[in-house]
Amino acid sequence: MTVMHYLRAFKGITGRELLRFVHQRERFISALVRPLMWLFIFAAGFRSTLGVAIIPPYETYILYEVYITPGLLGMVQLFNGMQSSLSMVYDREMGSMKTLLVSPLPRWYLLTCKLLAGVMVSVVQAYVFLLIAWLYGIEAPPMGYFTVLPALILSGLMLGALGLLLSSFIKQLENFAGVMNFVIFPMFFLSTALYPLWKIQESSVLLYRLSQYNPFTHAVELIRFALYEQFNLQACLITLGALAFFLAAAVIGYNPSKGMMQRRGGPN
Amino acid sequence: MSSNPALAIEELSYAYGPKKALDQVSFDVDTGQCAILLGPNGAGKSTLFSLITHLYDSRDGHIRIAGHNIKTDPSQALAKLGVVFQQPTLDLDLSVLQNLHYHAALHGIGRKEATKRIQEELQRQGMFERAAEKVRQLNGGHRRRVEIARALLHRPRLLLLDEPTVGLDVPSRKAMVDHVHELTRTGDIAVLWATHLIDEIHPEDRLIILHAGCVRAAGSVPEVLESTDTTSIGEAFETLTRRREAA
Repeated sequence: MTVMHYLRAFKGITGRELLRFVHQRERFISALVRPLMWLFIFAAGFRSTLGVAIIPPYETYILYEVYITPGLLGMVQLFNGMQSSLSMVYDREMGSMKTLLVSPLPRWYLLTCKLLAGVMVSVVQAYVFLLIAWLYGIEAPPMGYFTVLPALILSGLMLGALGLLLSSFIKQLENFAGVMNFVIFPMFFLSTALYPLWKIQESSVLLYRLSQYNPFTHAVELIRFALYEQFNLQACLITLGALAFFLAAAVIGYNPSKGMMQRRGGPN
Repeated sequence: MSSNPALAIEELSYAYGPKKALDQVSFDVDTGQCAILLGPNGAGKSTLFSLITHLYDSRDGHIRIAGHNIKTDPSQALAKLGVVFQQPTLDLDLSVLQNLHYHAALHGIGRKEATKRIQEELQRQGMFERAAEKVRQLNGGHRRRVEIARALLHRPRLLLLDEPTVGLDVPSRKAMVDHVHELTRTGDIAVLWATHLIDEIHPEDRLIILHAGCVRAAGSVPEVLESTDTTSIGEAFETLTRRREAA
């Protein structure tokens, strides 16, 4: 297999994913409506009840809308990661996953390409959300819109890898509701997306600990700091570690001799 | 038997937990040969195909495609393999052309070369005029033709067909059977065709009869008839599968 072969396959997989994304306009709109509802309705309603003290990376008192914007960027990516997972399960049920898996490149590479394609889509969604937020009056420093890009890519990869791992476990599309209840909601609510860690600690030490160990918390913090032109090393390392773990587990999950593919009791 | 068959399977076994799906399966398929894998539902055909395509892995036995072991050298082995799965695997929302370019990219074929090969294969299938249409707009027979064109794009040494005629009308079925047989006569390719429909077999085909995970007979049509002391493939099939059930 030559380098050109790898590049062509990457182009083919990402191209297909983008084409599918363009064809599914409803998916794009609903991915945007969700965080915008939180921003326009939830944040506006809670503006006066939830006071946020001055905490890094902010240097002054901020409105609640400003605080939750990075969390909502994380939400866009979390849902996109799960959406990719859903489409992997769909591809498997429809059989098109087989086309990918019987091609002659290593499986880890094919899955990484698939992951990168999903991240490209989530980054586009995140920037459209940032544009609408900007029009609404939530402005980050101009350079922040550039420095947030690597953070969005890394957090998108981590959440996409989690989605990939979940898709190797989920047998049927119907089981996906469980993912919503047991993965997406706990990850989102037990994080710094909606409230800072010290606020959670005031209410419950247990919830504070759980939020600390939640990789989504660190993805959100990475995005938050990057949007304000700062680098959060701890958040970056934890997000990287979670990415490595989820991706390795997903590759094992899709490995024909070790993974879940053949434990399902027969060919499908 | 040639020294380097397009497909060589040696003592292959596979089980789902305690249930044995394949038991010591061995056979070869040579280039230019159309081998029909005949077996009733549940005989182990789909499991065998999942192992040949490396969707599953077995610890027992070996599979070699054009001399490459699927376990130790999967990239080279899969590069020589074209597959049409029982379940359609085209992306319905993409056009015929987009589906074929996607496949070409996965096999590392450059855009220019891919365009040339896609045109050739679609013309061969009489589908070139439909290239820009979405797959969703095509009927079952036409979708199958596109899948065959796709499976041949990277010029494989072995073409696997897993009950590809299921759900097709009689003329589409006949056209497909004739076309695949024509391929083995003219191309540098071997075909392994899984089916349970006896009328899809041509007299010059090689027959492999699989039942309850075991190869019950393998050889040319006259050889199988002689070994079972029967006069038709249907009769031979009945005898071999009934004998096992009675055992």
